[in-house]
Amino acid sequence: MTPVMTTRVAGSTFQRDEWSSALYEAAAEVFELMVGESVSRQDDAAADGANDTTAMVGLAGALCGVLTVRCSASSAAAIASKMLGEPLGSTSGADQLLDALGEICNMVAGNFKARIAGLQEKCMLSVPTVITGEDYSLRSLADNERLELCVLFQNQPILVRLEVHA
Amino acid sequence: MASIRALIVDDSSVMRKIVERCLRQAGVELSTVYEASNGAEGLAIVGSNQVDLILSDINMPVMDGLEFVKNLQAAANAKGVPIVMITTEGGEAQVTQALTLGARGYIRKPFTPDQVKQHVVPLL
Repeated sequence: MTPVMTTRVAGSTFQRDEWSSALYEAAAEVFELMVGESVSRQDDAAADGANDTTAMVGLAGALCGVLTVRCSASSAAAIASKMLGEPLGSTSGADQLLDALGEICNMVAGNFKARIAGLQEKCMLSVPTVITGEDYSLRSLADNERLELCVLFQNQPILVRLEVHA
Repeated sequence: MASIRALIVDDSSVMRKIVERCLRQAGVELSTVYEASNGAEGLAIVGSNQVDLILSDINMPVMDGLEFVKNLQAAANAKGVPIVMITTEGGEAQVTQALTLGARGYIRKPFTPDQVKQHVVPLL
């Protein structure tokens, strides 16, 4: 039996299994309700495919860290199109896919913190930022815990990562 | 239900479209849909246009939704206009603050079209 890993994180207790489940449930509900498609968890698919579009939302307060949602531009375009219920515009499509992925990230972060006792009131979210391109590295300046999961959307991987400053 | 003029305030253009679609799915007949990407833009629209319904996000750059609702109290065109917050920030303190400032309803993202209908239609 795997021991439960707990770490004190800014007033909340980081419990890897519980938080990982909450993160998946948060992402699954956002896709179900706002994109209109179910996603399935498949962590071993994480390395497949190009993941050149990354949305980020910062968390501050009782929980400090960053939540990212990363996928290919084609997946982001499919997400945006499904959310809008129509094909992306020829001129506005690029903005729409970035906007959509940022909003997905924002909702996953909000939905996640609502599922962790004590975080809803004491943790705030930043507005989303979206990065395009794969040639970058993100380095936290603090020791951190990291949760990462992969869900499949239309058979393409969507990576969801939560880095928590300890 | 009479045709109404709605103002949707959200920094996400995709989310503004989703909210508009949910309103139409709820049977709300929209004669005009004004869109703003933050509270300051929303105030400018209300300053020069009569609206019948306002739906606003909270977490936005420039002017957030709570500041927007607070400022609406001084806007003549917003007197008696129902305001519904639609946001990822669903903490009790924020809900209470929004309602105290004049919001009439609160919907947490992610949401279903039915939730929009339940919270908005009774206010029209």
